[in-house]
Amino acid sequence: MERDDLIEYSLHAHHDEAKGKQIRQKIYKVTLLLTIVTVIEVFIGASIKQSSDWWTAVKVIFILLTLLKAGYIVMVFMHLGDERRYLRNVILIPYFIFVLYLIFIALYEGTAIGGVWDAMWQ
Amino acid sequence: MAGHSAQLDAKTLWGGKESPFQTSYGKLMMWFFLVSDALTFSGLLIAYGFTRHDAQDAWPIGEETFNSMPFLGHGYPLLYVALMTFILIVSSVTMVLAVEAGHRMDRKGVTKWMIATIIGGFFFLGSQAWEWSHFIHGSEFGKIELSDGSQAIVKGHFGEIQNFTVTKAGSEHKVGAVIKDDLMHQFQHAAEQGHIENGFIHLSDGAVAKINKAHDHDLKLIIKRDGNTYKVGGKEITGKTAENLYYEALYAGEKNRVIYGANMKQNEYGPQQYAQFFFFITGFHGFHVFSGVIINILILLGVLAGTYHKRGHYEMVEKTGLYWHFVDLVWVFVFTFFYLL
Repeated sequence: MERDDLIEYSLHAHHDEAKGKQIRQKIYKVTLLLTIVTVIEVFIGASIKQSSDWWTAVKVIFILLTLLKAGYIVMVFMHLGDERRYLRNVILIPYFIFVLYLIFIALYEGTAIGGVWDAMWQ
Repeated sequence: MAGHSAQLDAKTLWGGKESPFQTSYGKLMMWFFLVSDALTFSGLLIAYGFTRHDAQDAWPIGEETFNSMPFLGHGYPLLYVALMTFILIVSSVTMVLAVEAGHRMDRKGVTKWMIATIIGGFFFLGSQAWEWSHFIHGSEFGKIELSDGSQAIVKGHFGEIQNFTVTKAGSEHKVGAVIKDDLMHQFQHAAEQGHIENGFIHLSDGAVAKINKAHDHDLKLIIKRDGNTYKVGGKEITGKTAENLYYEALYAGEKNRVIYGANMKQNEYGPQQYAQFFFFITGFHGFHVFSGVIINILILLGVLAGTYHKRGHYEMVEKTGLYWHFVDLVWVFVFTFFYLL
């Protein structure tokens, strides 16, 4: 039974061969990028020791590269970049609010809890 | 993908009848589920960082713990995990290609790429099983408790055990008998129980045997718990000193001077929480991968049966694809925070 007051959005996602080729090329490019980033990460991880003076910088680089990879996976592989702006915001904004809060509270309360733990294990 | 009405203005979009997101119910719900699951994993990783920060230098470094390759042995820091990451990224790519084929109603293409994705998923699960097994069984040296009460992990080349020569008879072994089977396992078990003294092993039948073992090379002790003399973050102990300290503890004939591998109570890599986080985070992620593979297989059966072709769209493939990419996404973060940092 067809209902004309419902819109079947699933049917609107189709595309033709020409568009498909374009999309596939983008996919291959992103694959190459993700692989190169992973190789760089392992190379840095294996060549710079944690005792090195550079380690703080390396940590920041690792986190930035990870966010870069995550961004490509979410925006290209999961197509969030192609969805409507409203959908993108509904997914990303609540997530970031909660996670930033969690990171903030872990950092902010960390010192106090560390003190309690130290006292417990003395 | 961009809907039919990319040009719709906000007033029409939010005015009713249309979905302001221009997406189907199922896809929207999959996204909401993924957001909540992402929060779960974020919580776990933040808890990990929190605990790790408290343990400071005693926390193991990824490349110290994960430096083995199947068939090749030790000395390949992080390569195996990198390979696992690559496998998962590739299977994510084949999944997105399946989704793309679905948008062209190309049933053969969807089938092909779905099968490739499932194979990638099995490869990843197998790799993780290997890694868990390796983690649980531990290294040849184990973690040692030195005479000053400090604990150290040990790096270097373990000299092979050639045999045990029985010097005192037991109920099964006669004097002079040479034991050549299952040496490493017996050696580690006896060491944990404190059944090795000054180079002699006490066997389970009451016999005592001399351990004939090749010399170790490049021994290095890294302190993971403070003692009276040696402190965490201090200088690495190498050479003859390292060898003396190691065998003094291993051959002391005391229980619990050495720990091999990991379980829920103790592990040879560092603080107790380290193994617990390893088991929980990689286990929880591995379970997601396992569920993903199962869901992919079910969807593949639907594709083969032509269910989605009849329906006129392959959105089910897109939805399971979202889940599969999410699993890849989580691994990218686990890889960084657990193995690299």
